[in-house]
Amino acid sequence: MNILILGAGQVGSSAAHDLSRAEANEVTVVDMNGDRLRELQDRLDIRTVQGHAAHPQVLTQAAGADADIVIALTDSDEVNMLACQVAYTLFRTPTKIARIRSVEYTSFNKLFASENIPVDEIISPEQLVTEYIEQLIHYPGALQVLNFADGKVRLAGVVAHRGGLLVGQELRQLRRHIPHTDARVAAIYRRRADGSRESLKPEGDTVIRENDIVFFIAARKDIRVMMSELRKLEHPIRKVIIAGGGNIGFQLAKRLENTNQVKLIERDRERARYIAERLSKTIVLPADATDEELMAEENIESTDVFCAVTNAEEANILSALLAKRMGAKKVIALVNRPSYTDIVERQNIDIAVSPQQITLGALLTKVRRGDVVRVHSLRQGTAEALETIAHGSPETSRVVGRAIEDIKLPPGTNIAALVRDGNVIMAHHDERIESGDHVILFLTETDEKHIRALEKLFQPAAVLV
Amino acid sequence: MRLIAVQRILGALLMAFSIFMLVPLAVSYVYGASSLGDLLSPAFLLLGDGAARPFLFAFSTIFLVGVALWAPVRKQAAGVELKIRDGFLVVSAFWLGLGLAGSVPFLMMEQLEMSVSDAVFESISGLTTTGATVISGLDDLPKSILFYRQMLQWLGGMGIIVLAVAVLPMLGIGGMQLYRAETPGPVKDSKLTPRIAKTAKSLWAIYLFITVACGLAYYWAGMDAFDAVAHSFSTVAIGGFSTHDASLGFFDTPAIEYVAIFFMLVAGVNFSLHFVAWGRIRLSLPFMMRGWRPVLRRNTHPGGLRSVFGGYADDPEFRAYLQILFFLAVVAVLYLHFEGMYPGWADAFRDGVFQVVSIGTTTGFTTADFTLWHGPLPVLLIFASFIGGCAGSTGGGMKVIRWLLIVRQSNRELLRLLHPSAEIPVKLGGRAVPRRVMEAAWGFFSVYVAVFAVLMTVLMFTGLDQVTAFSAMAASLNNLGPGLGEVASNYATLNNPAKWVCVLAMVLGRLEIFTLLVLVTPEFWKR
Repeated sequence: MNILILGAGQVGSSAAHDLSRAEANEVTVVDMNGDRLRELQDRLDIRTVQGHAAHPQVLTQAAGADADIVIALTDSDEVNMLACQVAYTLFRTPTKIARIRSVEYTSFNKLFASENIPVDEIISPEQLVTEYIEQLIHYPGALQVLNFADGKVRLAGVVAHRGGLLVGQELRQLRRHIPHTDARVAAIYRRRADGSRESLKPEGDTVIRENDIVFFIAARKDIRVMMSELRKLEHPIRKVIIAGGGNIGFQLAKRLENTNQVKLIERDRERARYIAERLSKTIVLPADATDEELMAEENIESTDVFCAVTNAEEANILSALLAKRMGAKKVIALVNRPSYTDIVERQNIDIAVSPQQITLGALLTKVRRGDVVRVHSLRQGTAEALETIAHGSPETSRVVGRAIEDIKLPPGTNIAALVRDGNVIMAHHDERIESGDHVILFLTETDEKHIRALEKLFQPAAVLV
Repeated sequence: MRLIAVQRILGALLMAFSIFMLVPLAVSYVYGASSLGDLLSPAFLLLGDGAARPFLFAFSTIFLVGVALWAPVRKQAAGVELKIRDGFLVVSAFWLGLGLAGSVPFLMMEQLEMSVSDAVFESISGLTTTGATVISGLDDLPKSILFYRQMLQWLGGMGIIVLAVAVLPMLGIGGMQLYRAETPGPVKDSKLTPRIAKTAKSLWAIYLFITVACGLAYYWAGMDAFDAVAHSFSTVAIGGFSTHDASLGFFDTPAIEYVAIFFMLVAGVNFSLHFVAWGRIRLSLPFMMRGWRPVLRRNTHPGGLRSVFGGYADDPEFRAYLQILFFLAVVAVLYLHFEGMYPGWADAFRDGVFQVVSIGTTTGFTTADFTLWHGPLPVLLIFASFIGGCAGSTGGGMKVIRWLLIVRQSNRELLRLLHPSAEIPVKLGGRAVPRRVMEAAWGFFSVYVAVFAVLMTVLMFTGLDQVTAFSAMAASLNNLGPGLGEVASNYATLNNPAKWVCVLAMVLGRLEIFTLLVLVTPEFWKR
């Protein structure tokens, strides 16, 4: 596939890295910054073109005529939309994906159609991140909660604690503990002596230890029960402090203010006023999030969750650390750099949320071939959870009509659940896959070879007519 | 430095190179078959047309050496990616190693009675598309050996590493580092297609296409099939080897010479221009290929001559290249005519234009003995070879674009004297040239001149007179071939040290100096 990426920022670079690993993809990256492009080209087998992403001449030079997909990821919403428009007008590019941040644009669906602004898929990182954090607040104790099959099935990552019923026991005990719920452990990451983690393949006799990170899949209603197996169930979250009144902070406050007690700290007085005018119950505090006195005054010690979601990731880390020291029960920080995420999670910060990872996951979903409905990138891209649809008949497909234990999956891959006609079926070894099933897979190795093998596996053989 | 990765690639490349020995071997059997009756007798298999044994020997030795390098480290080094500095090492080591490997058939050929120096000289001269030879009596040699010399030039023309990048998927990302170290020109980051392997494939496809066209044209102009193929190899590679002592002058046919002029000009053009033209032709066709199946194109782009070949006309380097050659041709033809060396305009035109294009593009074919021309012409032509072909072509020299940049910069300095505070960017094709590129062009220029001066002096120390030393060094460094004085037709009379100095100059010229020079800096070997 011929892919044209506009903008070589963090997401653009990671997308180029990820997409160019597949041998069949030809990736071209356009950016204004020549140094950044040169650095990128030294590492990756891609072509780079320097110039403005929406200028017809630049797009022509970047072989826009050959592109199957245009992904517009520049800093400016307007440039992204215009670039899609130009690509469509000049080359009739089949798929156009644009990152659009402003809710002011994304809330008008009518705008984005071939006859208006020809953007096929919109990626709005702020919205994705907001939803992600919202899930974390709804499920206290989870590191990550991801939706599959329109939210019917969820994947959650949890750190096992002593209070959990299953901790210290073999996995096969799970059925005895909770006979009426169907849940499945998809992966276990165990901490090594040096602090890094290795993945274990979950078997019946695997014993869950304290501090393991466990990923499991369950129907939405069963997530809570399953979590209680792994750690003492926490109280629902009531008091939330949000540091940073940007798009994410603002949207988050808006979603949470009816169910929780929300305080929002924003440094810029003008912006604080703007937000306060548009929120009803949230208390907006125009102050610095690292102001110790203010934090003490606002009862930081009784706060359930402190979210640092400003634009500056270093400030997020510091203010989250401060909040933790002053007694916040749980702190969440927005951190972009993968190298930071690892360090931060070893410190006292409970959860590091990476907008880049989240955006990338959403992006990859839209680019992946086959019938991939959703891809979530996990653990800094070293693991992946994906939802795909099985097609074909037992004659043409290597998946349909077979029991799960008979399917030859690439190493590091396991089938976690099926969704059939809207019902969730946990993937027991003798379950047969039918055509049209949504299959949810968990990959602990994101090696390009394995992913391609997987995509091929789910593609029905071409029928000779 | 990951030496095992380098070793693994070198081994694989040598193994791949050994396969090419089978081509002249086949030629040997084809031409030997007519003279000997029993085709399956051991005697015939060893003899062929008289040169089968050297190729059999060369194939097996090079292959075994390749295996010996590759096999011990194939497991450890698999998946190790090449870094930028490894690229320089692989390319330099490979060109030097290939020069030695390529000399094996010459050494094994008893009829030639070549020393090691001679054999290496001939092989490097072939691979670097220099075209200087130490062999005389070419017309009496077996066809297979002649074919082998032409093939060496053809492989070296587009770059054997570029070929390897195209067909060996294991080079992967490291391929870009190799490609950069081998491809000539100041701007090496531009890729024709996003994937380096596909870029290399496209380059070789165009190269192959031009070669076939050239061979057919030669055949049509009156060469026999063998000569047509052989000369098409050395023409499109801008090499200059011939299968006759008298070079192209042997045929004495105007049609052949004009065909040669045209294809030398084509091969001296930046291949990315050919690629762009090819892309425009492709887009203007009403269908496209999906695998082997033609599919109707959704929206056709109108293709006219202007839109297809506009890429050439708009390219400043291409224009300068033609202008320089045109100017030189006019000077040469006028001088030849008025100096009275040729009786009529026709002969002066034919020989003058041919020699200007042949020397100016650094090919080195000869039809007339230009070294005996009067006055400044011989030296003028040698100087022209310093300009050479365009960047990204198969030609040698310092490349037109660098000269263009340097001239533009000099103009700017002059302007600046008149307007001391004006902002005057150096422009090329309407765009400002980045500082880095300018600096690189100047750096290259000064190092080139310095290397030339040093090596020419060394040649004189080995006992050569000044004219010979000057022209031999220019001809080697610019990958031209024939020089003046003692080396006008043949380098056989040079002493061995002088030959080795020339060999070094040829590789330096082909790899544009820095690739090789970086290896002798202490910084390169520090971790």
